[in-house]
Parts: sequence; structure tokens; C-alpha cells
Amino acid sequence: MQPTELTLLELAEKLAAREVTSLEVTQACLSRIAQVDGKVKAFLRLDESGALAAAEASDARRGKGNPLGPLDGVPVAVKDIFLTEGVETTCASRILQGFHPPYDATTVRLLKEAGMPILGKLNQDEFAMGSSNETSACGPCHNPWDVTRTPGGSSGGSAAALAAREVFGTLGTDTGGSIRQPAAFTNTVGLKPTYGRVSRFGVIAFASSLDVPGPLARTVGDVAALLQVLARHDPRDSTSVPVEVPDYSADLEHGVAGLKLGVPREYFTEGMDPEVEAAVREALKVYESLGATLVDVSLPHTKYALATYYLIAPAEASSNLARYDGVRYGLRARDAKGLKEMYGLSRDQGFGPEVKRRIMLGTYALSAGYYDAYYLKAQKVRTLIREDFNRAFQQVDALVSPTSPVPAFKLGEKVEDPLSMYLMDVFTLPCNLAGLPGLSLPGGFTKGGLPIGLQLMGRPFDEAKLLRIGRAFEREHDFVRRQAPL
Amino acid sequence: MKLTVEQVRHVATLARLSLTPEEEERYAEQLSAVLEAVALLEELDVSEVEPTSHATLTSSLPREDVTRPSLPPEKALANAPARVGTSFAVPKILE
Repeated sequence: MQPTELTLLELAEKLAAREVTSLEVTQACLSRIAQVDGKVKAFLRLDESGALAAAEASDARRGKGNPLGPLDGVPVAVKDIFLTEGVETTCASRILQGFHPPYDATTVRLLKEAGMPILGKLNQDEFAMGSSNETSACGPCHNPWDVTRTPGGSSGGSAAALAAREVFGTLGTDTGGSIRQPAAFTNTVGLKPTYGRVSRFGVIAFASSLDVPGPLARTVGDVAALLQVLARHDPRDSTSVPVEVPDYSADLEHGVAGLKLGVPREYFTEGMDPEVEAAVREALKVYESLGATLVDVSLPHTKYALATYYLIAPAEASSNLARYDGVRYGLRARDAKGLKEMYGLSRDQGFGPEVKRRIMLGTYALSAGYYDAYYLKAQKVRTLIREDFNRAFQQVDALVSPTSPVPAFKLGEKVEDPLSMYLMDVFTLPCNLAGLPGLSLPGGFTKGGLPIGLQLMGRPFDEAKLLRIGRAFEREHDFVRRQAPL
Repeated sequence: MKLTVEQVRHVATLARLSLTPEEEERYAEQLSAVLEAVALLEELDVSEVEPTSHATLTSSLPREDVTRPSLPPEKALANAPARVGTSFAVPKILE
């Protein structure tokens, strides 16, 4: 067995038992990347020397009997939206080409402090705006299960790198489904934590009231182990919440007997792929057979979530992206006559079409005369969507649904039609609007061999229960052991 | 709600985007389609509903007001497209 076929926790065990060294495994990852990433394009750039030095340091610590923690020496990689000191960070945008951050994101620092070598920066949609990784200014990422298809987005590289067995764990961000939908498309596990659970400091901002960083890996246990490293109060992020961090692996094997699982009827709609629906219905039967009680619940404002999201997220994005003006960093248009022209030309040349579209939409929604009709209205509907969830969670422990209405679609299929692309997020974005945790895990395959994702949504800060419910299903199948045919 | 090219131009000015004429045409069409879709919210009466401005479930915490080292000028200026001494240089402001 190749070391790259191990799960993150299996590798951690082998490192602890000194059956392999971090240097050997890091080199194995780099060779695997050299071998398959030409087809997948999950990595935008590698930090070979940094990763190898971190691996050697890890091995030296272990040699002295002083590992930093249970994941010391396990190689990971991060989406290009995370600032990495001294390593180019572009958010897959032309406007940030050549930008070398002067500091690390808190999450990146936590990975380093846990002793984990960081292999490099992962492909994504430009500024995380997209559901297929096709808005990346560096070119699309490909799904290892079928390279003519999208790995999902915006954290496409974070999911594809795992499915391609290039790395053991990754970081992504989720503003409307950007961790969970790529996980669903690639037979991997992705967790969007509760808003405030994981620090946003040093994560390039898209929509500040919705953005959440989180881990992806190949098993539920692996994701729990990564969350243990990341979940922390951060005084540098004023929206980070000082809630106690539980032991996320303590209850993992406790099963679902006695738990109540809600089945939101609005998430089983017309237009859903029949194979996706069948897989989720099958998963519900499995949960019932394991002793969970299924409860039919209604989230009546679900149909308004998409419209609400596509007002709030672009509005916040238009404000956040005002900082890219060619003055302090990033691209500056060369031939501008004055300051104003320099702003306009730099931004027009630096941003891709989807980013401009969202800046325009957000600017319009916030502009004089439209604020009440669009932005404020959307914020009020957001309250109704949150209240739907609050009511549901009075009855049930968690909600079960598909992650995405369809399996991975073909690259190019939806690029020209923004609205049909936006519809890809219909089951994931309500969690972001309500600030709740959501987990996507492998839920089966279509007859054509494409992965299907199962989504679990939970109460605020109840990640441990979502992971436990996810693990109960994972144990019943061999889905996580199946390998993409690369 | 159909956006005109003039409205698109106005919004582009607010957003400091110098769009090409082709972009103006395309965005007028695409943004109109999105606005049509979000008009779904009009059927809801939210006059009695409080807005949710943030997903934070507890109120945010101020941190201690203490002096801390910030980025040294060399690091802060390292990514500058143009600089003069310890300042960012920009094209002329008065036209």
C-alpha cells in the first residue's frame, strides 16, 4: 500500500509508531502530485522547500520524543484564500498575482503549530465566487472521478487534492456551500463549522457575515481530528466565539440510537437528480435501522434562501473587494493618467467576469434608493430562515438532506448561465445564512460512478454530534475506501 | 426589473470598474436576470421582522485595549506596486 492511500488518522498512527517518517510521506505526496496533478490541477503552487523543512523538523522532534501533538508530521494543503507568510497568495485572481502575505492566517498558524507540513496552495474559484472552480484565473480544477467534470467550488482544489490522494487533509472556506458541495462531488468529507468556531483572521474576505473556514479530509474521523486543531477562540477575529472546545473524537463511535433526525421536506424537491434522491432516502433507512427516529420537518422559507443569499453575499463582497485598488498591493494598471483611472483600470483588468458581476450586483443592492428594497429586505428574510431552523431544532438533533441536487456536472456546462450555477447552492446556503454547522460526507455513487453527498445540519456549536451521526453512516459502507480512477 | 446600460454605467462608476461597452451590455442582461429572480422576496411581508446583520450567535467581544507591535514598514510596503521612501506612491490625484 502506498503511504498516500492511508487516511489522515492512519498516517498519524504510523508516524507515532515510527513505521514511516514525515519526510518520507511528504516526499510521497510531492511525487503523487507530480504524477497526477497535471490532470487534476488541484494545486496552484507548491511550497516544496517549506514542506520538506517542516517534515524534517517534525521527524527531529519525534526522534527526541517531543511531538507537538497527534498530527505532528501529517502533510496538509490550504486553499489559496488563506494567507501564508512568504508564500504567494492570489485567491485565484489576477488582481493578487505576486502578492506575498506578510503574515499567516490564524488557521495556517495553528496547522504549523501542530507540526503539519503545508504542501502548497489549492485551486479555487476566484475570491471563492463560484460553484465549479471555473472562475479561477489560473484555470479550472478537474474532478479526479471524471476529469471532464467539475470538482465543485469554490474549494474545488481542496476536495480534488484529497480525492486524488495528493494530501491527507485540507482547508477550505464555505460562504454558501463552498466546502460541502466540492466534498459531495468528490467522495470526501467536508465540514462547515458554526460561524465563529474557526477564526477568519487572515482569510481573504468574500462575505464577512457568511464566510467560515473549515477542514476537508477523506473520513469523518480525519475531519474531527483537523477540527480539533482549528477550533479556537481568536482575539484577532471579533466574530470568533469563546465557546468551550469539546473533544471531537470522544463520541464519534457512539452511534445514532435514540437520536431524532429531521428530514426537511423542502429539500426533496422536483428537479433533484433521481439517483441523488434515492441515495439520500437509502441513507435515511440506514439511520432508522441503526436506531434513529426520523421526523418529517418543514423549513418553510427555504425557497427564499437563494434570493436572500444572492443579495447579501454580493453586497458584502462589493464592500470587501473595494480594498483592491492597485495602491498597496496587487495589480496596478500601467497606463492610467490619474488616480481614478488607475482604480478603474486596475480593477477591470484584475477581476474576472464573475467577480465583477457580483461587485456590480452588490453595489446596486446597496446603492441609494435600493438599500431598503434589497439589502435590508434580504436581512429580514434571513431572520425568517434562522427562525425556521430554530423551530426545527426544538424537535430534532440534526437535519439530513442531499448536499447538492445533482452530482458533479461537466466543465463548461453552466459557465454561461449564472443563475443555473447559483442554483447549485440551494441546499447548502441556508446553513450559512443561519450560521449553523453543516457536514457533507460520502453518501454513495450514481450508476455512472459519480459520488453523491449526504448533508447533515446541526445546532450551533454542535459539530461533535454531526460528526458522530456522520461516522455512524460511514461505518456501514466502504464508500470512503473507494478510489478515484486516475 | 430591467437594468439599462445607463444604470449599469452608473453602478460601475460607484464600484470603480472601468467596463468595456461589451461588458456593459452583458452585465445589463445578466444582472437583470438575477434581479428578476430575487424579486421573489417581494411576496413576503417582513414589516414586523428584525433584520439579521450577522450570523454571530452571541454578541461579539471587544479585546483588551493594549498596544501591540504592528507590521514593520518594510514588511507593509513589500507588496507595493510603487513606493517613495516609506509611502505608497500613486498617480496624480488632481486632474
